[in-house]
Amino acid sequence: MSVATLQHADVHGAHDAHHEHHHHETFITKYVFSQDHKMIARQFLITGIIWAIIGGLFSVVFRLQLGYPESTFPWLEDILGHWAAGGKLKPEFYYALVTMHGTILVFFVLTAGLSGTFANFLIPLQIGARDMASPFLNMLSYWFFFLASIIMFCSLFVQTGPASGGWTIYPPLSALGDASSGAKIGMDLWLVSMAMFIVSSLLGGLNYITTILNMRTKGMSMTRLPLTIWALFFTAVLGVLSFPVLLSGAILLLFDRNLGTSFYLSDIVIAGKILPNEGGSAILFQHLFWFLGHPEVYIILLPAMGMSSEIISVNSRKPIFGYMAMVGSLFAIAILAFLVWAHHMFVTGLNPFLGSVFVLLTLLIAVPSAIKVFNWLTTLWKGSIRFTPGMLFAIGFVSLFISGGLTGIFLGNSALDLHLHDTYFVVAHFHIVMGVASFFGMFAGVYHWFPKMFGRYLNNTMAYIHFWVTIVGAYLIFWPMHYEGLAGMPRRYYDYSNWESFKMFGGLNEFISFVAMIVFAVQLLFVFNFFYSIFKGRKVTTLNPWGSNTLEWTTPIKPGHGNWVGEIPEVHRGAYDYGKDGKEFIPQNTPVGENESHH
Amino acid sequence: MKEFLMVALGALIFVVIFQIAKASEYVSVLKGEEKTRKQNNRINAFLLMGLLVFGLIGVWYCNELFYGKTLFPQGSASVEGESLDQMFMITTTVTGVVFVLTQILLFWFSYKYQETDDRKAFYYPHNNKLELLWTTVPAIFLTVLVVFGLKYWFKITADAPKDAIVVEVTGHQFAWEFRYPGADKMLGKKDYKLTTSKNNLGVDFNDPASKDDIHVNTTMHIPVGVPVKMVINSQDVIHDVGLPHFRLKMDAVPGIPTTQWFTPKFTTEEMKKKTNNPNFVYEIACDQLCGANHFAMRGVIVVETMEEYKKWLAEQKSEYDALFEKKAPAPTPDSNATKQTAQVLPVQK
Repeated sequence: MSVATLQHADVHGAHDAHHEHHHHETFITKYVFSQDHKMIARQFLITGIIWAIIGGLFSVVFRLQLGYPESTFPWLEDILGHWAAGGKLKPEFYYALVTMHGTILVFFVLTAGLSGTFANFLIPLQIGARDMASPFLNMLSYWFFFLASIIMFCSLFVQTGPASGGWTIYPPLSALGDASSGAKIGMDLWLVSMAMFIVSSLLGGLNYITTILNMRTKGMSMTRLPLTIWALFFTAVLGVLSFPVLLSGAILLLFDRNLGTSFYLSDIVIAGKILPNEGGSAILFQHLFWFLGHPEVYIILLPAMGMSSEIISVNSRKPIFGYMAMVGSLFAIAILAFLVWAHHMFVTGLNPFLGSVFVLLTLLIAVPSAIKVFNWLTTLWKGSIRFTPGMLFAIGFVSLFISGGLTGIFLGNSALDLHLHDTYFVVAHFHIVMGVASFFGMFAGVYHWFPKMFGRYLNNTMAYIHFWVTIVGAYLIFWPMHYEGLAGMPRRYYDYSNWESFKMFGGLNEFISFVAMIVFAVQLLFVFNFFYSIFKGRKVTTLNPWGSNTLEWTTPIKPGHGNWVGEIPEVHRGAYDYGKDGKEFIPQNTPVGENESHH
Repeated sequence: MKEFLMVALGALIFVVIFQIAKASEYVSVLKGEEKTRKQNNRINAFLLMGLLVFGLIGVWYCNELFYGKTLFPQGSASVEGESLDQMFMITTTVTGVVFVLTQILLFWFSYKYQETDDRKAFYYPHNNKLELLWTTVPAIFLTVLVVFGLKYWFKITADAPKDAIVVEVTGHQFAWEFRYPGADKMLGKKDYKLTTSKNNLGVDFNDPASKDDIHVNTTMHIPVGVPVKMVINSQDVIHDVGLPHFRLKMDAVPGIPTTQWFTPKFTTEEMKKKTNNPNFVYEIACDQLCGANHFAMRGVIVVETMEEYKKWLAEQKSEYDALFEKKAPAPTPDSNATKQTAQVLPVQK
């Protein structure tokens, strides 16, 4: 952020060579309180993986209840005690699991685990920088995330249970201890944890933006940036502008809970008590929440888009089709992400005119999304495609993004939302387009950059099994849910068997639960492959195993702190000169030849 | 026991996969990594094609299995909902075509342009005309959908027709309550501070309009063919009056009343025949997470003919009478009611 960040690459080089001679790293500074962006990335990734296992496991447990509402599981009581008395989950705990599943996966895995990992890892490596603008803030960013993780983890064990009002924590349900047992101390811990999380996200985001704007190597103009960097840039901007709004919303909620204010409360009678709160608006919270909540969807999705773009281009051996259109559509999506939040609130009694504006802006997002899809398709067209595991997940990402994106056209249209709102149609929509698709982008990134992260390859056979079971399983789980939604089946129900209108889906729910367990088991195979390969994987022996143009592959196989030995390479071209002038690929640091054609 | 066996089986499969994975790595070294890579490429390209074919068959099969269970074959049970069904079909057609087309292109390109020994990637960085094409075409289709959608949206969110029957719906953890205005067609005023265990909606019985109001729990009755306007309240947390058969949904927010209206098209009895289900019932589903028993917050709507409805209405006692009649046989409306309310209030805690 200072003048120092604007120094030329060669100055950095001299400084770091000097630096390494005199500084010996201890275990603590290398692995724990590390300021190396690559180590911080690994810390985010591994913490994210641990959270993903916990969050995924929660979904398996609550799917047991949904799939087998008549059965009891005595071993559940052994583990969960009174929350599963008689081997059957209590509704309150079921909702706690649903809430924590959403919270963990949206924030801790697909925000911190995804952006935290790849923004940290790729930004300095791909733009040609020794490290982040502020390595110290970067380290703090991880440790605030760690603190948030610890607090959230502790909230799982409090006597009244963790938060259970849904990951969207709408008050008054989340504001009043009398409304549910999850709205007692568990909710306070949730809010404090999220406050820490937001601090982490802001420290990270400011760093990413500053680094991208100021620390690009010589020749790396903004229009030569790989699309991963553009995507991570817009992601950081979204986070920095929208997370503070959630923070203020959460603080006001803490006040309402503990200090007797009435920001969100009015005219309430609960548990036989007439509350004195007047004049607040429960809807105000939803505005504050979704002002983050909607950009959050794109905070999750954009990095996956960026990485998939990069991986598809590299493995098709073709330039990404329409680079400028890809950047432009990322920009359009980022802007529109701020202007559509109330489409989550069509049925709150929103002013119909305001609703109509949000319909228009929401459906407008389909235009840049369509551009991206068609550009990915054209990138594949007439390529020479190599199906590395990363590439398969990137193709899977595009398929899921299409499937889940199109159902957004139903939900974004307020008139149809009247029927589909808060049904399984919504569950299917957002799990496909934001949940599974982003996971696919994340997996693509892990498979593609694992060799750079750890100097070894993941096992291919396990990777292929992981991909094929996951994509087939994901469609089997979420596709039929659309039909449940079309029947009006509400989400967040503990049991449907007493409902004449919804009970006919019992068999389908059982099928979905069964597939979910298999898909979860295969994710464990991935986790095993991941940790096994860190230590025992096949070693990387070439600098540039995928034949990629970007700068991270010009570093040593296991780059030290400072990334490049000697000078940082100078950049002479964009990131996507694949197949140009008959050459398979031309790395960004290759000077422009005299006879090179211009496009 | 069954669970343990399944876990053991899972672990066994895990070990087998791991051994195969290890072995395949050694085999690839022996065979030559380049050769293995090409072989894997062919297999995966083939599998992607398989995913497309079986995926599309699966989409069709899933529709065969479950479309009949959705609410669309039986049609909307409200007059207004017909437009929604129509719009749903238009949207499904448009997005369906795009879905099939793009998925086919995605997997077909992947298969067709898999790496082979003699293939060279075609250098094709951009084409402004093409990009303009797939910016404008989606924009045009979306405009059509927005226009259709907003037309319906403004109709259904506009004020209910003047002749609509008004029913007040109140949600609380975890039940629905309904109030009918009675002969004067006016609902008595409420104040949440007047709430007691008996007067649990907090009705102000000083208001003369409250005297003939009817208060029922869980099941509401409405006549067929007449617009019904719901005035929706919540007493504690946010609930939602979800009416899947009538294609409507509206949140119940404490402190902020909302409304929705519709015209029922078929009586419950007609729907029983129409759906071939003797147990058919119009259900009100709470569609906003409201606490532990959210999933059991069920209401019922009985749609009947006007005669039946009038008969039912005539049989109901007004809430005022039900609460005060026996204690004070001939209440002089004003003073007496105030006393009663005041007496009951402090007792409740």
